[in-house]
Amino acid sequence: MSTLETFAQSGDLLDKPEVLTIPPSFRGTRNKIIVSFIHMVLGIVFLLPMVWVVDAAFSAHASGSLTRPSFTLVNFRAAMSLGAGRAIENSLYLAIVSTVVATFVSVLAAYALSRRRVPLKGSFLVATLMLSGLPITLLLIPIYFLYVRLGWLNSPFYTSLALAASSVPFTIWLLKNFFDQVPKELEEAAAIEGAGGVRILWRVVVPLATPGILVASIITFINSWGSFLLPLVLDANPSNTPAAIGIYSNIVANSQVSYGPLAAYAILFSLPVMLLYLLSTRWLHGGFSFAGGVKG
Amino acid sequence: MTVVEKLAEEAEPKTRRRADRERFRPSTLLWLTPATAILAGLFLVPIGYAIYLGFTNLQLLGPHAQSYNFTGLSNFDRMVHDAQFWSSVRLTLIFVIASGIIAQTFFGMALALLAQRAFAAIRMSVGAIVIMAWVLPEIACAFLWYSFSQSGGLLSHLIGRPGDDLLSTAPFLIVCLANVWRGTAFSMLILSAGLRAVPAEVDEAAQLEGASYLRRLFRVTLPIIRPTILVNMLLITIGTIGDFTLIYAMTQGGPGTSTSILPVFMYIEAFTYNALGYGTAIALALMVIGFLISVVYIHQLRPELRRGQ
Repeated sequence: MSTLETFAQSGDLLDKPEVLTIPPSFRGTRNKIIVSFIHMVLGIVFLLPMVWVVDAAFSAHASGSLTRPSFTLVNFRAAMSLGAGRAIENSLYLAIVSTVVATFVSVLAAYALSRRRVPLKGSFLVATLMLSGLPITLLLIPIYFLYVRLGWLNSPFYTSLALAASSVPFTIWLLKNFFDQVPKELEEAAAIEGAGGVRILWRVVVPLATPGILVASIITFINSWGSFLLPLVLDANPSNTPAAIGIYSNIVANSQVSYGPLAAYAILFSLPVMLLYLLSTRWLHGGFSFAGGVKG
Repeated sequence: MTVVEKLAEEAEPKTRRRADRERFRPSTLLWLTPATAILAGLFLVPIGYAIYLGFTNLQLLGPHAQSYNFTGLSNFDRMVHDAQFWSSVRLTLIFVIASGIIAQTFFGMALALLAQRAFAAIRMSVGAIVIMAWVLPEIACAFLWYSFSQSGGLLSHLIGRPGDDLLSTAPFLIVCLANVWRGTAFSMLILSAGLRAVPAEVDEAAQLEGASYLRRLFRVTLPIIRPTILVNMLLITIGTIGDFTLIYAMTQGGPGTSTSILPVFMYIEAFTYNALGYGTAIALALMVIGFLISVVYIHQLRPELRRGQ
């Protein structure tokens, strides 16, 4: 408020009535056109790289610059022969396993943190918050060393476990805040009817919190799908290579990059997460209304 | 309640439980076990390991791969005298501050402010484009910008020097641009939310007093959303300081070491030159830098935090 008060007291604002003499509608429209134009130019600058990738993927003579697209699918076939199919399957495995593990573990923990009395709850929550801000890159070498010791290298399952772990702190936070909004009365009613803890969670809370759980799992899925460094270090087996590393090794493999097939590869790899993102925003805007379940 | 009663209650918490408060049930621990196991196994143990390994001569291959031993501060001694380390620190700071904090906040703010007053159709399509750049997997972004800046690439054409391989002539600038392109959406989303929370009456009041748009922006709107801007900068810092994929996929830290920010330097030392102990020491240094930057923000945010209490 102090800023506003000083602002209001600065008297030189009072003697500038000419603002009111200009018809506001005219000013408004002219400004709106200028603003929209600048906004559009910025948008086009942001769009250019994406125009290039779509153009290159559908062009038979793709280069680093724009070419006339020939609407051919030849690049997509070439991408499959670079191993895109197998690599995307591997990405899918890593993403699904890590999402299932991270979501399951986080739902249990977040529910307990939201509802139960937990000793040292505050410290636990602060610790998860701090861990969710810790870049996993920094722990790469100790995690690698741990995996060497445990014999967990070159295993897609254990790689997924590391990916899941990197999401867990954030999903616990997200879900805990979400569960806090689910009204307790429904659970109390179920408890009076004799339902146990697991049953209440599974039959009452999870169905009510489905949008939040979906959002948490989509975030984990998108992170794991795009992950590069952990699989690069933890799994050297070429047949386990996910698509992120597949694209990378195709960039560095040849001195002459095959733009068309790689652009197609990148599109095949990016489309699923873009669709998932769109779905998740729809769920987020879908409104989390718990009001209907409780009277008064 | 008398003092004696209070003391009695503190002394005997088990016998004087309040019936309306949730009691601790041992079964709760079962619910927390899986998460605790994962967090302990893949965060706490590695953090402890990192602190230990940073003081050893562990190697990936070679004589010290199996029988490494404690070497005290020798990794840190080597680090302080390593010119490459200091050049990496400088690159990391430029990368985080210029292409992260400054550029992403500036463009995010510009897009958020323009979106407030642009036509709805343009606002929505530009928003979608910028968000798409953000949702795109990092490796795809790296590939796009890599192809874009090769000789004969679109960017080289646009700046009128189609023969230039921009990743050789201006590699650090290109990776910074790619990072701005990718990260701006996040700031845009956070700052738009901040701007929406500013009450319209405040701006209208200043408008009636005849304040110009820029004056209202700098004297009214921006001071009101200062906490949002600071939090946004903190989140950008956290997100950028550990960034590896974008730069490594585009340049592998090169040409030479011209784009080798600390995470890339760490990776190369550890997995190309086999010096796992030294790599860990670099990771610890990076952690300290991140911590120091966070302390600056939290210090800046203190007035707001105090007011919130």
